[in-house]
Amino acid sequence: MAVVHIHGTEEFEKEVLQADQKVLVDFWATWCGPCQMVGPIVEELSNEMEDVKVVKVEVDENPDLARQYRVMSIPMLAVFKGGELAKKQVGALQKPDLQKFIEEA
Amino acid sequence: MYDVVIVGAGTAGMSAAIYARRAGKTVLMLEEAMYGGQIINASEVENYPGIQKIPGYQFANDLHAQAIALGAEQVTASVSGIEDHGTYKTVQAGDMSYEAKTVILATGAKNRKIGMEQEERLVGMGISYCATCDGAFYRGRTVAVYGGGNTALGDVEYLANLCEKVYLIHRRDSFRGNAILVERLQKKENVEFLTNRIIVDLIGEDQLDALKLKNVVTNEEQELPVEGLFIAIGQEPANTVFAPLVTLDDYGYIDAGEDCKTNVAGIYAAGDCRTKQVRQLTTAAADGAVAALAAVEFVNELDAAS
Repeated sequence: MAVVHIHGTEEFEKEVLQADQKVLVDFWATWCGPCQMVGPIVEELSNEMEDVKVVKVEVDENPDLARQYRVMSIPMLAVFKGGELAKKQVGALQKPDLQKFIEEA
Repeated sequence: MYDVVIVGAGTAGMSAAIYARRAGKTVLMLEEAMYGGQIINASEVENYPGIQKIPGYQFANDLHAQAIALGAEQVTASVSGIEDHGTYKTVQAGDMSYEAKTVILATGAKNRKIGMEQEERLVGMGISYCATCDGAFYRGRTVAVYGGGNTALGDVEYLANLCEKVYLIHRRDSFRGNAILVERLQKKENVEFLTNRIIVDLIGEDQLDALKLKNVVTNEEQELPVEGLFIAIGQEPANTVFAPLVTLDDYGYIDAGEDCKTNVAGIYAAGDCRTKQVRQLTTAAADGAVAALAAVEFVNELDAAS
């Protein structure tokens, strides 16, 4: 599944909180080095994990969402289930570890 | 059995992997988190010879790709110990144990922690070790910086441009850092120096709410409400799991000279984790080459003898 880029809280509501399946949210920014390392991994997983939806939230473009979910360091990787934040991780993970993190959420 | 097991996939470890693979040796890198080490947070690297300018994460990605393309293996695992069995070593990581003819320790250095129980829990929730990485999330808020060196002073200057108010908390009343910078910061309206003070408690459940400070001269305690704390009290190595087999210096760095040889034959130390004067990207890469070539020679002699 293609990665969905979120622009604003309304889209987040629709794409993440109202989603039927598990959602991985990658909070990131263009100026963050570790975020650029995780980006391609997240893309790959979105193609490989069929039952998981992957969305990216650029924090500078979405300051309200960053504040709401208390993003204080990035990359922050969060898994949402049934409209609720189920699990979060601050800092980059390598691919097998990120996959495990999503599966275990 | 691997010819070379490398603990840590930062600049030193990955450089060692490249040299060992090019010498035809089997190589396993063990890394507990994301590969790349400290450089991934550097926005631009401009002092690596031959590369005019490159983002830190890109440098790490390229180095990693080079090591993997040459055939180095890599596993995510946190190493908990090493044993020396003479002709081979074992490296424990999680529930696995890896056999190796040689081991290169390239564990780097980490940001020094204050050493409080709540500290780890609040990282990313008010506590940060990197002002340029996380400062943007504290725009318009009140924060504190802890430390008295150039990193702490630089952090205060960076944050003063973003935050409502920045406190600088320092355990002494004099500064090791740049005097001109100190003077410049003292003139800033939204910067306040709280000297002769140490942090004795971090207050907050899900996020940092306040600091408890103690004045080391008067013993007076005070509570300081802040939403962010940037800790800049230096670096520390992470080598205790290798001691006492491998000798460490008084500061916890691995006691090894420019030849990267430790007190144990076949175990080497490369990069920031080693006792050294200069800790730079180039010196980490150089150590990687020196340690790998020493390991290659050790493996060759071992193989010739058997």
